[in-house]
Amino acid sequence: MQSSKPLQTSVAIEEVTGLRERTVLERLLTSQPFWVTVAVILICIVTSIKEPNSFPTLANFFNTTRNFSSIGIMAIGMTAVILTGGIDLSVGSVMALVSTTVARLLEAGYGWESAWAMGLGVGLICGLINGYLIAYVKLPPFVVTLGMLSIARSLGVVISQGRVIYEFGPDAETFKWIGGGWLDLTLPNGSVLSLSHQFLLLIVLSIIFAFVLKWTSWGRWLYAIGGNENAARLTGIPVDRVKLQAYVLCSLTAALASLMLTGYAGSGTSGLGRGYELYVIAAVVIGGANLMGGAGGAYGGFIGAALIFLIRNSLIMFGVEANWYEFFVGLFIIFAVLLERIRGRKAG
Amino acid sequence: MASLELVGIAKHFGAIEALRGVDLRLESGEVLGLMGDNGAGKSTLVKIIAGNFPPSAGEIRIDGRPVQFHKPVDARREGIEIVYQDLALCDNMTAAENVFLGRELKRNWGFLKIVDYRAMYDRAAELFGELKSETRPRDLVRQMSGGQRQAVAIARTRLSEPDFVLMDEPTAAISVRQVAEVLDLIRRVRDAGHAVILISHRMPDVFAVCSRVAVLRRGTKVADKRIEDTSPEEVTGLITGAIASA
Repeated sequence: MQSSKPLQTSVAIEEVTGLRERTVLERLLTSQPFWVTVAVILICIVTSIKEPNSFPTLANFFNTTRNFSSIGIMAIGMTAVILTGGIDLSVGSVMALVSTTVARLLEAGYGWESAWAMGLGVGLICGLINGYLIAYVKLPPFVVTLGMLSIARSLGVVISQGRVIYEFGPDAETFKWIGGGWLDLTLPNGSVLSLSHQFLLLIVLSIIFAFVLKWTSWGRWLYAIGGNENAARLTGIPVDRVKLQAYVLCSLTAALASLMLTGYAGSGTSGLGRGYELYVIAAVVIGGANLMGGAGGAYGGFIGAALIFLIRNSLIMFGVEANWYEFFVGLFIIFAVLLERIRGRKAG
Repeated sequence: MASLELVGIAKHFGAIEALRGVDLRLESGEVLGLMGDNGAGKSTLVKIIAGNFPPSAGEIRIDGRPVQFHKPVDARREGIEIVYQDLALCDNMTAAENVFLGRELKRNWGFLKIVDYRAMYDRAAELFGELKSETRPRDLVRQMSGGQRQAVAIARTRLSEPDFVLMDEPTAAISVRQVAEVLDLIRRVRDAGHAVILISHRMPDVFAVCSRVAVLRRGTKVADKRIEDTSPEEVTGLITGAIASA
């Protein structure tokens, strides 16, 4: 018994590693983020050929990456929620509530630290309310966050009294620098690559989130809950607590995106983030997440956000009327879900 | 030698009496077949032993000591593991991840504790080896056969070295060839010194692996016999009520 055991194990491991090598390529070819990345690269090549003077420039890179960063940041929280099989429609409205609240604080003369603490606090409270009602009271996520969409937007209008607030008080410079500033990198050929703070924040948060999903129990539990919530519960995973935390994370990323955008725009308004829930959910779904839960990743939301903003950028460069933009976003959402259905049929 | 004892277990849901005072005793090394028609009270009894809900009356004793379960974790702490009928597996995760679901192995990475995939794959491969199952730790559960899924669910119960393993209809939804595989799994669990309760309505399976069979009918235990002292015909009669009790 004892002598045959090591042999048994070594055979099993060889078998397993053989299997793994096969699936790395397979996994890449059946991975949606991979094909979205291919699409992003293709769009970049085509647009660069069409517009060699304006598209493949460092300035355009700076602008485009900054523009999709707020959606990318929120895609992180949305991915956590969608992994559990939920949805959060309130992110755009949470942005508005955070934006108007911090603008009023700054206007009243409070420092940037207070504004940031308050902004994140507002996000935390919205997330706690969403998460509590969904995880503990067991209300459907769609309905709860639809309610929050309306409530937070309305509160934003009440707080700002319908004004756009430009007066940011004594800490205006710092607050605007955090959201609107950038980092200059001198490339070997002497030209300067600028990276916006928003984009840098997106990169850092995406890396942390990818790590959390892969290497922490909490990250694995998100997949387990989305895969089979009942099984997760029976194995002792604190399902309700993890779900609540996912909604809190989602609202916190919305608050972060709002703080950065409000600083970048230099104004607080209850109109901020209107319709952004569409873009965030689109980014996550295009990046390969399954709305039924259990599938998706940190890179998916990032590349999905990049794709939908690149489409906009390219459409403008190709002279297509801007009104067509949302048409194409919608098309890509349906196409992404269709693609996933086809892949799902193959796997099943 | 561990023992699990149920004394006068009753459960009613409103006016419906699911269990009316059931006594049952189980010792390590035994495989007890628990049989009964739909609605006889099998699942209610399993859920009480699993800690899903408490009995309305009666007592559970482990090694003679009364215990109370408020949630499934309490039962697990007392050495009871359940293999649920739907197996409670996550299709989107690997075999090894499912085995360690909720109790992931960790290793130190700087000041952080991170999931130790290598250790989980190695340990899961060992467990599948012990069960003589061909299940591969890195395969997704989605791609597995019914028998392999059973092996994952059973391997999971062995992590905690439980004294008692409850298996709810493990052969209900799988092919004939896989049934033989699962029955072998049950024998290995028994040989490892665990006590097994096999809830099943498949007569051949019960007579193939059980050392004792208990029959429930309308919330009452109508028979509790050594397998060699009874026959499939008698048990069928007990289940349907053609034989009142034995």
